[in-house]
Amino acid sequence: MTTIDSTTRPAVLGDGAIGSFSAAVADWATSTDHKKIGRLFAGCGLVSLAGYAVLGLLLALERAAASETVLPENSLVQLFQAHRIGMIFDGLLPLTLGLAIAVVPMQLGARSIAFARLALTSFYLWLGGIVLIGISLIGNGGINGGNAQMVDLFLAGHGLMLLGLIAAAVSVATTVLTTRAPGMTMRRIPFLSWAALVQALGMLIALPVMFGMVVYLFIDLRNASLVFSGPDAIGDELGAFLTQPLTFVFALTAIGVLAEVAPVAFGRRHPLRQVVFAGLALVGVGAFASVALRSTFSVDFGGASEDIVPDLVLLGVFLGLPLLGALIVLLLVGAVARGAKPRLTSPLIFSTLGTLMILVGMLGTVLHSVADLELVGTVFEEAALVYVVYGALLAGIGGLIHWSPKLSGRIVAERKVLPLAGLGLIATVLASFPHYIAGFLGQPAAAGVYSGVDGAGIWNTAVLAGHGLMALTVLASIVAMVTGERAEPSQTNHWCAHTLEWTLPSPAPADNFAALPTVTSAEPELDQTPMSEGSNS
Amino acid sequence: MTVALPAGPAPAPRRQIFVGTTLAGVGIVMLIGGMSTLWLRVRDGVVSAGERFPVDYIIPEVATNVMLMTIGALCLFAQWAVYSARRGDRAHTGLALGVVLVMGIAFINAQAFVYSQMGMPLAETSYATLFYALTGTMTAIVIGGLVLTVVAAFRSLGGRDRDFEIVSAHALLWYFIAAAYAVVWFVVYVTK
Repeated sequence: MTTIDSTTRPAVLGDGAIGSFSAAVADWATSTDHKKIGRLFAGCGLVSLAGYAVLGLLLALERAAASETVLPENSLVQLFQAHRIGMIFDGLLPLTLGLAIAVVPMQLGARSIAFARLALTSFYLWLGGIVLIGISLIGNGGINGGNAQMVDLFLAGHGLMLLGLIAAAVSVATTVLTTRAPGMTMRRIPFLSWAALVQALGMLIALPVMFGMVVYLFIDLRNASLVFSGPDAIGDELGAFLTQPLTFVFALTAIGVLAEVAPVAFGRRHPLRQVVFAGLALVGVGAFASVALRSTFSVDFGGASEDIVPDLVLLGVFLGLPLLGALIVLLLVGAVARGAKPRLTSPLIFSTLGTLMILVGMLGTVLHSVADLELVGTVFEEAALVYVVYGALLAGIGGLIHWSPKLSGRIVAERKVLPLAGLGLIATVLASFPHYIAGFLGQPAAAGVYSGVDGAGIWNTAVLAGHGLMALTVLASIVAMVTGERAEPSQTNHWCAHTLEWTLPSPAPADNFAALPTVTSAEPELDQTPMSEGSNS
Repeated sequence: MTVALPAGPAPAPRRQIFVGTTLAGVGIVMLIGGMSTLWLRVRDGVVSAGERFPVDYIIPEVATNVMLMTIGALCLFAQWAVYSARRGDRAHTGLALGVVLVMGIAFINAQAFVYSQMGMPLAETSYATLFYALTGTMTAIVIGGLVLTVVAAFRSLGGRDRDFEIVSAHALLWYFIAAAYAVVWFVVYVTK
């Protein structure tokens, strides 16, 4: 039995401009074409991240203004939460999931995503959830919220959003496991598909646990708060899901973009495919940390010696292994580059810088766990989160540029986006690194007014500039992608890439492949080129 | 000159519903596992303080044990449906799925009986909150399983004789649900 929906709907022709627009909206809103669903997810993620960069700017302005109040004081708690939750669940996750939904079926030689209607439903569940969360935060809900009904709405929104994300994860994982073209063994699947599979499985491990916590909190807070200490407890119970190392798992597909585009940019096969697979899988270990329901793994080197070893083991497993995995992926770019003629394409630069930033965020998380440094409760952890999210954003933009010919039929001009990669790097560093320093100075997290060590104001001003530049980078990237030059349908392989999706016309048709391709190596498209090296699979 | 045979027919997608159900089952186990963990954490705090958990309510254990047996037997009947469907025996497939449906409803009925016997108001104790959240979630999962039973019955009896993948997936889901209920039974009704 097949659950692939490969029905091509006839275009509904409207009467005039309004009719055409309505028909287009209806087509996008009800389409089961995985490319459209993925673009809806990723588009919402990009726009949301631009919005949250502006919110980050306003919060940094509040901090930089020291004793003066820029934002309404009674809304600050909600705004800090909106920034954190929004960056992760409105921005990072839809961006990486959207990229996976849009690209993975094409890479595998599938005609559609598995459970296409479920994937579309997941988008609406997620969208409905984040809208409810947004309304609740505006109405004084959320963690520590003062309006009980809005706090309930906040939790209900989380439940809806989580159901959507879990459904999307089931759809992506099933696609990778079941819809591969003949000959495409698991050893031959592209890196992005592998990263998407690990991310989806990680989400399936972590998000149901979060959903269970939301159910408990919802029932308790609606009924006299006898188990938890009111809305304040939401942060304690859900904290492990709103921070690292779970965010590493959410950024996995973005790291997969680097693994995918590096061999393309250097025009050769990856010599160590299985090691890259292992590296990406190690990042997925972060999912288990949230199952342990712990948001911090601290080691006190100045404490009792018998406590150090167990703490170090936890730190090594939950934070060290993901760090090692990302490091492997990044270092193996060097292995691909050795002896090859460099071709510095925008997807390579975006994804390399993005992965580098994620790595800095991972390193920061490890430092944050050293109790002797006294960084817990400071802006240091917030900076590590921004590093991971903005790093994944950069890599995600690189991925969207790379697959733009297949998704929208447009080729993004390199001269337009290459400067944006540099701007994105500067923005990420400015939005994060100063808070690493401010963390050492003791600036508290999620607090608007800071009257601590003199000179912290300069770091907050730098963060302000960083968020502003990132908003600019995202908006400019969106404009560059939308206004890209239309590709000729016959122009199938713009980047001289290696994987199956590059045999399709640009843009790829609704059902992808008219006939199922047969795969004989991990780089089927590279096999067709006269100068291809011997297959390594 | 190379002579090649024409390409063979495109292979059917690999058991999508079965794999999708397995992943959904993993989600169910993680959900109930996570909720049980928090239950045990709260229970530990209460018991450490020298109090009983629950304080004043008696759990009708006969009913809860019958629920465990019911869901175990339900898995057997779900597997019987798979056995029959594989052999194209529509009558026995329908019968087995019907028995699964009845036993699932019996499970929900027993849960409702447990609620009525305990007579525990929701907003009275922390135990009540945890109890209704965990058992209520479990009941919702069982209802989800029954929806799949109905879908499998419609598909199987609607003429898709060879379409037994959904019947297999349905049986697999019930195994996951039974495993999840075994955890709930042990944590809530045995450990208390």
